[in-house]
Amino acid sequence: MPLLSILFYLFATVLVVSAAMVVTIRNPVKAALFLVLSFFSAACIWMTLEAEFLSIALVLVYVGAVMVLFLFVVMMLDVDIERMREGFARNMPVGALVAGIMVVEFVVVMMSDRFDSQSLPRPVGHGPDYSNTKELGLVLYTDYVFAFEVAGLILLVAIIAAIVLTMRRRPDTRYQSPSEQVKVSKSERLRIVSMPTEKRPEINK
Amino acid sequence: MSWIGTIWDSLPLILQLGIKIGFIVGPLIIAVAYYTLAERKVIAYMHVRVGPNRVGPRGLLQPIADVLKLMFKEMIIPSKSDKYLFLIAPVLAVTPAFAAWAVIPFSGTLVLADIDAGLLYVLALTSMSVYGVIIAGWASNSKYAFLGAMRSAAQIVAYEIAMGFALVGVLMVAGSLNLNTIIQAQSGGLHQWFFLPLFPLFLVYLISGVAETNRAPFDVSEGESEIVAGFHVDYSGMGFAAFFLAEYANMLMISALTVILFLGGWNPPFDFPPFIWLPGVFWFLAKLSLVAFLFLWFRATFPRYRYDQIMRLGWKVFIPVTLIWIAVIGVFKFFTPFGVIFS
Repeated sequence: MPLLSILFYLFATVLVVSAAMVVTIRNPVKAALFLVLSFFSAACIWMTLEAEFLSIALVLVYVGAVMVLFLFVVMMLDVDIERMREGFARNMPVGALVAGIMVVEFVVVMMSDRFDSQSLPRPVGHGPDYSNTKELGLVLYTDYVFAFEVAGLILLVAIIAAIVLTMRRRPDTRYQSPSEQVKVSKSERLRIVSMPTEKRPEINK
Repeated sequence: MSWIGTIWDSLPLILQLGIKIGFIVGPLIIAVAYYTLAERKVIAYMHVRVGPNRVGPRGLLQPIADVLKLMFKEMIIPSKSDKYLFLIAPVLAVTPAFAAWAVIPFSGTLVLADIDAGLLYVLALTSMSVYGVIIAGWASNSKYAFLGAMRSAAQIVAYEIAMGFALVGVLMVAGSLNLNTIIQAQSGGLHQWFFLPLFPLFLVYLISGVAETNRAPFDVSEGESEIVAGFHVDYSGMGFAAFFLAEYANMLMISALTVILFLGGWNPPFDFPPFIWLPGVFWFLAKLSLVAFLFLWFRATFPRYRYDQIMRLGWKVFIPVTLIWIAVIGVFKFFTPFGVIFS
């Protein structure tokens, strides 16, 4: 077996096992950590597909930023496992139905001619000079520049909306304003009082 | 000498890579050990003290004594802690700190992996170093450790954005993500180095680097006067040593990256003899030591930032500064005749 296949099976196994652990493990913090592991394994698989930019972006964005915030929140929560398991029997049929529909959909899609091994061209391996980052940039900023700008705009709207929704100014919070602190002059803070000199008391007696 | 080459070529690739990795990690660990001694000595002299001078001549064997002490110390695992995560956390702290060195070019040819997306790789790995801290804080099951981990997580997420934007400026000017190409773009002497046209980004990167490694004055995640020792309060022996190793390896890493991105990497400061006679490795290590010295100088000089001040500096000062400078680079480069400054 070539090295690439060994690596693929290694990362794929880790990915599937950790993804299964995400939904089965009881501790929410560990579930989040397994999600990190599965993101990382997915990134490794992308790397073997010569998609190094996407792979590193996945690690950078999801592992490095999103999941850190996730963990931040999950660690603060005091999750009561018993209460979470209460509705299991009641929600089970709905969950099973949704899962069943998804499995059928997947099977239908994957069995179609489009995903047939005959109709899908074999991925072409590129030489060491091939730069996925450059290729992606060339396509993104020429052919798909409009879609790219629209996506940027949507994200900007989302950022502003998130800030507006969470920004609550409480009137009693006291803020420190560094610019005002820097602007302070001597005359505002310092008062020089002129007063007569104190007489030294006689202590020799 | 040819027989060494023949033996080398006959080795399997995995073994060749292993030996190369050993040649990077071995000196790195020694460098970290002596960096701790340098820190104690430098800070001591800045405090008008002598520093460690008992073990070996002028205290030169102190790091070895420290390592031996930490190795033979009992490692205590708190009974209420999460054992697996408690033991995995130091490993997760050390691994990214070492793995990032794979793409660092020590000279034009001396680099383990000369990959195209080197800059992204480094950024991704430094962003992963936060996991060691968070997991350690949570697995210890101690409020001080947890507070330290929470502080660290918020701080690293905040400063990573500023750091990433500073790197965007560099790659706009250099036009490449490959670290060696970035260094070659700075060849020709001191005035070609990127710290001049990118001076605001240089400062932002350096300060964010200090924050990212949880060093003074941004060491709130340890904050020994407030939360004992922060995230590693429950670690002893080798667990503690691993965090220590990771922290100093990360500091050297940030120093190396600052040198590569802003201070011309292995380029000599002047493009004429006698400066070009010295090899590139010398210049690289000399500049690296200079930046690494700054880390120690900061620690001896500045009092610790308050937490809200750290957040304000990261979000309200650094990120706007980097965004504005990126716009300045873009506008100057493509819409004005002064684009030469940024090329």
